[in-house]
Amino acid sequence: MSGDRAGAVLQGVAASPGLAVGPVARLGTPPVLPAAEPAVSDGAAEGERALAALGRVADEFEARSAAVAGTAIGREASDVLAATALMARDPAIADSVTALTGAGRAAAWAVTEAFGEYRALLLDAGGYLAERVSDLDDVRARAVALLLGVPMPGVPRLPHPYVLVAEDLAPADTATLDPERVLAFVTTRGGPTSHSAILAKSLGIPAVVGCPAADLAEGVEVAVDGSAGTVTVAPDAALVAQVRERSAARAARAAAASGPGRTADGHRVPLLANAGAAPDVLRALDQGAEGVGLLRTEFLFLDRRTAPTRAEQEDAYAAVCAALPGKRLVIRTLDAGADKPLPFATLADEPNPALGIRGWRTSWPYPDLLDTQLAAIAAAAGQGSAEVWVMAPMVATAAEAAVFARLARGHGLAKVGVMVEVPSAALHAARLLAEVDFASIGTNDLSQYTFAADRMCADLADLLDPWQPALLRLVELTAAAGAAAGKPVGVCGDAGGDPLLGVVLVGLGVSSLSMAGGALGESRATLAEWPLERCREAARAALSAASPAAARAAVREVAR
Amino acid sequence: MAERKVTVGSRVGLHARPASMLVSTAAAQPVPVKIGMEGGRALDARSILSVLTLKAKYGDTVVISAEGEGAETALDAVAAVIEADHDAAENGAAG
Repeated sequence: MSGDRAGAVLQGVAASPGLAVGPVARLGTPPVLPAAEPAVSDGAAEGERALAALGRVADEFEARSAAVAGTAIGREASDVLAATALMARDPAIADSVTALTGAGRAAAWAVTEAFGEYRALLLDAGGYLAERVSDLDDVRARAVALLLGVPMPGVPRLPHPYVLVAEDLAPADTATLDPERVLAFVTTRGGPTSHSAILAKSLGIPAVVGCPAADLAEGVEVAVDGSAGTVTVAPDAALVAQVRERSAARAARAAAASGPGRTADGHRVPLLANAGAAPDVLRALDQGAEGVGLLRTEFLFLDRRTAPTRAEQEDAYAAVCAALPGKRLVIRTLDAGADKPLPFATLADEPNPALGIRGWRTSWPYPDLLDTQLAAIAAAAGQGSAEVWVMAPMVATAAEAAVFARLARGHGLAKVGVMVEVPSAALHAARLLAEVDFASIGTNDLSQYTFAADRMCADLADLLDPWQPALLRLVELTAAAGAAAGKPVGVCGDAGGDPLLGVVLVGLGVSSLSMAGGALGESRATLAEWPLERCREAARAALSAASPAAARAAVREVAR
Repeated sequence: MAERKVTVGSRVGLHARPASMLVSTAAAQPVPVKIGMEGGRALDARSILSVLTLKAKYGDTVVISAEGEGAETALDAVAAVIEADHDAAENGAAG
């Protein structure tokens, strides 16, 4: 296979900066039963084999349950894992499997059929029970993998660090990922703003997406350059040494910077973190975040059949508030639709979901969803000392901003804002800011809608480059409106996490930068080298450039 | 055979944690314990999937039964778990 040739360089799309060297471990896919079921001579022995496999799966879940029980977020995860272990040990399943193998069925087929019966029952029941179907499927897939002698599905459990190679990573895959072991991600699909890329940035590990890595064999050593978007197969000793040296130097520089974000001449720029749940927040604080500039609340809504209750949401927000005493916490209301469909908040049959009912627009057909969420946020905000700001995604007009502000203030929320992700919002930033207290620019969606380029499409990476001068022009317009109104305008898209681009954004008048926790150290170090006037000079140079590459080159020139 | 009617005390019904606790308690008994909805089929109380698919809600009556030596004690233990309001107990402990 060409992909395995020593020294071969696979070119993908840069998704999270950094360098790493390590052996490939592939994400296991759920096992598929072969077309032909083998004949069984000893039904009793086959039954024992099936039960032994289920027992091993149960042991594994019990061990995982015990491992997370003591952690801050562990209680609920531990309960779910313990309940999943009980499914693997279920005597009703065991009876059914034994009966099937006794009748001559092969072990893997018997297990599949026995679980299938309960799967249908749970699915029909809906609600909480239907949500257990994925746990049941996981148990079955693991037992079947053991019985067929094929790799276990999901993230590999290896004793050594590795480079994770997958087609793409789903949130369920990454939930069980051990960040100590994963050196880098390489995916064959996905664009620079896919889930894998966002997670890699938050962990501060390199990632290359849209990479022709399908042929990479398990265990082959690769060097990953997350800034250049390259994967080098079986790198020579000189390259390995170089990667290790550069990666250590990068880490040392980021670690050396500390304290609040500021320019070389002391202009304050709060450096905040983007977070998806309480564990992200704790990690980001360790990484030096001054607060949370974007709390994505989708984590409460995904993988469910019904919306979370007010009390459930309040508990989750209160847990995040408690982690941020006296610090800023910007909560974004539910951003459903398009790439994050929810059964209870997505309209079927939208011809083009990215341009349909998504973001704040979800509250038009489902007003109660937003009302419940705002009530839960307000209640949580009243409990701790976190400085809670709330903002709506995908607001397009000043009239929408006014409606959202009225709703949020009606719940007693003091600091209300909007995200600027649609070009119309940037063009009319002054009018929107007349209605609200702050704005936050989501550069990923703003790119997508300004350049009419799908975020998930790897072939359009150049159009989605946050250094595109037209995108920077919209940032400038919004920041200028903020300065005129005396209201903060932050950036919470991926652009904020590119250290040099952060300098440009500050020069354009952006008042805070929110980014994946892993990017904070380098951004702080870079910003501290630039006086504000030079940031403005860099911004002017980037705005006048003809292309993203020319903008980068022009800013590097200013840096000299 | 010993048999008893018990009211579900958990606010979430026999779901999630209460269901797991019930199954673990039943599995720890020296005799098999069966559980069913009133008038319904008696299922193995050690089977989480059987317990979940009962869809027993808060305030529902379930019938538990057991046979042999220790049956009454086994039913005492299982009934206590079904009747308890686990959420209230936890909130009390936390608050």
